[in-house]
Amino acid sequence: MPTPSPANSTLTACIRKNFRTPERNFLLDVDFAAAPGFTIVFGASGSGKTTLLDCVAGMAVPDAGRIAVGDRTLFDEASRINLPISNRSVGYVLQDLALFPHLSVAQNVEYGLAHLPRAERKKKAAAMLQEFRIEHLRQQRPDKISGGERQRVALARSLVTDPCVLLLDEPLAALDAGTKSKILDDLRRWNHDHGIPVLYVTHDREEVLALGERVLVMEEGRILAQGTPHEVLRAPRQETVAQLAGFENIFDATVHFIHEDRGTLTCRLTGDSGKFVLLETPLIHAEAGAQLRVGIRAGDILLAISKPSGLSARNIIPGRIVSVERRDMMISVRVDCGVEMEVHVTLAARDSLRLAVGGEVWLVIKTHSCHLMRKGSSSQFSFPGSQ
Amino acid sequence: MLIDWQAFLLTIELAVIVSAILFVIGLPLAYWIAFSRLRWKFLVEALVALPIVLPPTVLGFYVLVALGSQSPLGRWWQSLTGHTLAFTFTGLVIGSVLYSLPFAVQPFAASFASVDRKLLAASATLGASPMRTFFRVVMPLSAPGLVTGVVLTFAHTMGEFGVVLMIGGNIPGVTRTVSIGIYDQVQASNYASANAMALLLLVFCFAVLAIVYALNRRAAQKAWTMGPAR
Repeated sequence: MPTPSPANSTLTACIRKNFRTPERNFLLDVDFAAAPGFTIVFGASGSGKTTLLDCVAGMAVPDAGRIAVGDRTLFDEASRINLPISNRSVGYVLQDLALFPHLSVAQNVEYGLAHLPRAERKKKAAAMLQEFRIEHLRQQRPDKISGGERQRVALARSLVTDPCVLLLDEPLAALDAGTKSKILDDLRRWNHDHGIPVLYVTHDREEVLALGERVLVMEEGRILAQGTPHEVLRAPRQETVAQLAGFENIFDATVHFIHEDRGTLTCRLTGDSGKFVLLETPLIHAEAGAQLRVGIRAGDILLAISKPSGLSARNIIPGRIVSVERRDMMISVRVDCGVEMEVHVTLAARDSLRLAVGGEVWLVIKTHSCHLMRKGSSSQFSFPGSQ
Repeated sequence: MLIDWQAFLLTIELAVIVSAILFVIGLPLAYWIAFSRLRWKFLVEALVALPIVLPPTVLGFYVLVALGSQSPLGRWWQSLTGHTLAFTFTGLVIGSVLYSLPFAVQPFAASFASVDRKLLAASATLGASPMRTFFRVVMPLSAPGLVTGVVLTFAHTMGEFGVVLMIGGNIPGVTRTVSIGIYDQVQASNYASANAMALLLLVFCFAVLAIVYALNRRAAQKAWTMGPAR
């Protein structure tokens, strides 16, 4: 098979489609390009990820837009093009795999090669069985093999047809980490040789960081952010992304003072009871009085039982312990310092500092541990450096 | 003669032909019922189910009228062959096909509908046309339902009475089936003969059903019953 040139095999999709979930009606409205390689589609369930894949595969019809791979148009509302599923050459591995239960592993893999002469079909399927390390299962029925093996069969069955795009809908969700990473290695190796765009849907944060060359973060049918996983998750500028990225502390904030010279902002965080606290954060392009959100990871905050001095950290805030809870091998301490912050410490730290409800403590937060984001908007935000 | 073998063979012939015809026309009809999303599908479903609730005499009467020399169909057939369809074996086949339609189509449609739609989607993404998907995925996974439909059609046709009487009458070697023959013998107070034929029909039908269901069960187990993981 000739390897398609990367420029020629990019998936471009501009899709608008109204769709219904049991809870509500909403609009899928996305516009993106996925170059050859892995693109992670990340978002909570009901954010439109599966509908997006269904539109690319042809199982759902967009109300408007265009979907193309390179210069091959799969769907174009304007010129009334809507290729049937079977002509799209889109590989789609569904979450529950949908292996044919009445066919053997080898027959499953050969299924998509019906157009080839028998000898060529056998040869191609055998090579793919070998590549995905399942040749010893060739005579087995899908119900007689393990979950990881079934996953390999499903991938082999799709890839043997040389699709121009591969869609994976949380394909590895049910597998243990070891099995998962072995399968991903094989898949990556395959794609290194073939170079097609792979859209990989997940809601697992670790998969995003481990896998993705690029990530699209979806919410409510829209793409909130796109870029490399680090750009999107490490420095989230959108509240939804922040929650996905694991910020335990998220506060409304107002820009109080801008220190251009120091490269920082002073933000005013307002608590429920009208009390407030001032926090020094990195400088972003904002005006005094602008409404923002600040996210701080609970593990990025230090606790001290007396006021520390001689630290580089700019935020040293007094507070009182509201609760101390054990979670597995970690302690979650909630501290009222004008706003209520969650702080994670070790069991040993709790014991040596004798942390207890009512205790007076100091919170130490580095300027760059304060992540600023736009407030609750649904406007799309692209990071510098992401297409 | 205790047993009217001619009537017996005629009945089997009728049942085989009707089963074969209903298999061929039942598949596309059932496929349409199982997969169509048209709003007025329910009307077709109701029409197909009608012979279950309709008295055979009502169905037989209207088929007789439709086949008779007063109807366009009957006139067309008469101009083609020189005789009417009523009181012929062909007429009997037509009436029986209509009468047994739900017994084929309903099991077919139910088993098509129970095939996991994701398998159909997967087949399409692998480049298979709907036709290929039907023969390679839908049909094999519906095998028990297909067998059930054919067997029910066969058994139902073997035992039909009212429609045959209305359309075919009682012409030996042409339209006299076993059930008509039994009725005939009872009318003539020839109970020994009636009993022999009734018993034969009973045993034959039971044997056919038992064999087919046994084979069907074996095939189903072989094809896809979930076995324990190795």
